[in-house]
Amino acid sequence: MISGAEIVIRCLQEEKVDYVFGYPGGSVLHIYDALFKQEDVKHILVRHEQAAVHAADAYSRSSQKVGVALVTSGPGVTNTVTGIATAYMDSIPMVVLCGQVPTQYIGQDAFQECDTVGITRPCVKHNFLVKDVKDLALTIKKAFHIASTGRPGPVVVDIPKDITAQVCEFDYPKSVQMRSYNPVVKGHLGQIKKAVQILQEAKRPIIYTGGGVILSDAAEKLTTLARKLNFPVTNTLMGLGGYPATDKQFVGMLGMHGTFEANNAMHFADVILAIGARFDDRVIGNPEHFGEEKRRVIHIDIDPSSISKRVKVDVPIVGNVNDVLDEILKLIDGGFTADSEVADWWKQIDEWRGRNSLAYRQSEHIMPQYVVEKLYEVTGGDAFVTSDVGQHQMFAAQYYKFDKPRRWINSGGLGTMGVGLPYGMGVLLANPGSQVACVTGEGSIQMCIQELSTCKQYELPIKIINLNNGMLGMVRQWQEMFYSKRYSQSYVTSLPDFVKLAESYGHVGMRIERPEDVEPALRKAFTEYKDRLVFMDFIIDPGANVFPMVAAGKGLTEMILAEDI
Amino acid sequence: MRHIISILIENEAGALSRVAGLFSARGYNIESLTVAPTEDPSLSRMTILTWGSDEVLEQITKQLNKLVDVVKVVDLSEAAHVERELMLIKVRATGKDREEMKRMADIFRGRIIDVTESTYVIELTGASSKLDSFIAALDAGLILETVRTGVCGIGRGDRILKV
Repeated sequence: MISGAEIVIRCLQEEKVDYVFGYPGGSVLHIYDALFKQEDVKHILVRHEQAAVHAADAYSRSSQKVGVALVTSGPGVTNTVTGIATAYMDSIPMVVLCGQVPTQYIGQDAFQECDTVGITRPCVKHNFLVKDVKDLALTIKKAFHIASTGRPGPVVVDIPKDITAQVCEFDYPKSVQMRSYNPVVKGHLGQIKKAVQILQEAKRPIIYTGGGVILSDAAEKLTTLARKLNFPVTNTLMGLGGYPATDKQFVGMLGMHGTFEANNAMHFADVILAIGARFDDRVIGNPEHFGEEKRRVIHIDIDPSSISKRVKVDVPIVGNVNDVLDEILKLIDGGFTADSEVADWWKQIDEWRGRNSLAYRQSEHIMPQYVVEKLYEVTGGDAFVTSDVGQHQMFAAQYYKFDKPRRWINSGGLGTMGVGLPYGMGVLLANPGSQVACVTGEGSIQMCIQELSTCKQYELPIKIINLNNGMLGMVRQWQEMFYSKRYSQSYVTSLPDFVKLAESYGHVGMRIERPEDVEPALRKAFTEYKDRLVFMDFIIDPGANVFPMVAAGKGLTEMILAEDI
Repeated sequence: MRHIISILIENEAGALSRVAGLFSARGYNIESLTVAPTEDPSLSRMTILTWGSDEVLEQITKQLNKLVDVVKVVDLSEAAHVERELMLIKVRATGKDREEMKRMADIFRGRIIDVTESTYVIELTGASSKLDSFIAALDAGLILETVRTGVCGIGRGDRILKV
């Protein structure tokens, strides 16, 4: 017989969890005591519960394993909500263990009580309140199972304190059967055959892929398939790295800040092969405008509700991307002849490419795009890049050419500022010894800046690339373009001296103000200070904007290019 | 279009709020909702009356299926089915209205299940439209209180919703 608290830890050991990100408090004291008595599961003490969940999230994004966070009841839980919603929007497998007040106090407005299950319900894949210590192990098993299968997502397990004190036999189930939860894996073969037929008839095809390719570890298969078909490939923001960005078939990211060639190819394609992507508003722009072109859409997704949600699909294939790509590859192995008109389509795409839509103006100041280009060079294109949300995020996505999956770690769906630094922590713990850059801005970085302390405690040598323009850049860009330059609340004053701030936490701080200093500073950070966290405060051109841009409500082809300004 | 969605769901605390929350979060309509355990007490059967285009209904059924506690979802109105709703209606029954109320209840095959000197409680079962007609047939001034269960329904013949 062991206690509920020990059961929690034993479950984590059974699940081969090596890191738990968390913060202790009253309701989880028994669990923390059980944690103390063993060494298999290591605990990373963050400085704010939000960061625990973000770090667990990035741990998962960069490793395919389930991320785990542990927090106390009440404010511990409410602080995690942003992180849980972030993971939910990007379908990241995660288990969040929450303390709760003792069972008999639930509903009494007890100290540090909140309705965890109620508060998190809309932003989790599923959640549980454990009511009996005998159910604890099975519940945790279910949580890991649900989080990591089907369309992945975060699962919350709410554990009252008395449950962690009670004792029972520990029996961890090897597998779990749920009559109400049986996600599909294999795609329907008839549909797959139909899809291959359509691909053969395509004259202006495009392969459009998203986070689903990354989540199902199908990047290699996608690359094989795309090369066999010789079709152009575009990735969503979440899909970057799913196909090598340096490959000639890659036309760049599409959407609001997609390339001229990607957006045009997507819009004018007669066949779209959508793989693990969901045609969201930032990707297709105005749906009516997008719907003006006649085309056939093949959509592979594990979640049936993503299919025909925003764009009508002709051939839906519900299944795990990896398995479905396997089937398609088998079918075309016998030989695939693309339509002869595809060659003309490539000519058209090359013409669009000729616009060089990512060209940017030069300036006496440091241009943010230049910093990302240099970061790419200095890291050999092989770093893990986390980002926050805003202009810097788009610059990183546009100018860092990701050739491998799970290297680009950002909040695509919810767009959560503040994730970058804790994401870096999760990535480094999952991939010790790797180069990790956090591309951020002076607005975003301050939303989880306290984690500089965690980075010191665990010696996490993240390289923070702070693109500092003293402005909430993306807000300012919209205000400049659509609000007659009324810069309402987008100017950040009273900024800290980031160099001194970093130093006060025991890290290395650098301020870089001239373009010619960018590359040497980056080299120094990644070589001389390889094992230190380096906070690089790049003072950038305050007028730099992200282009191309599809304004809200506009069609994909109605892009504003840098050259138009 | 009007649709009747039938759901088999694990009979667990919070299951109802998962469904209700889904409808409000995604902006779907709920006209009525009834829920009670089935002959298997570990399962509840829920019936939701909703409105929406075919696309919206497709999303509703897909999103419901995605809920981890949901075992099965059927759009009953897609094929032959029977539906019923129960209404209890308290009416003023004095003077000449007393006789008239009794007659109306008989015409609609309702039953008077509570009687006082001045009121009747009439129980009426049927399709929702029949209940609507009954209310419309009464003098509005005589209706003291109504309570309706919302629609429940079941497929005809071999159409069975079971685990």
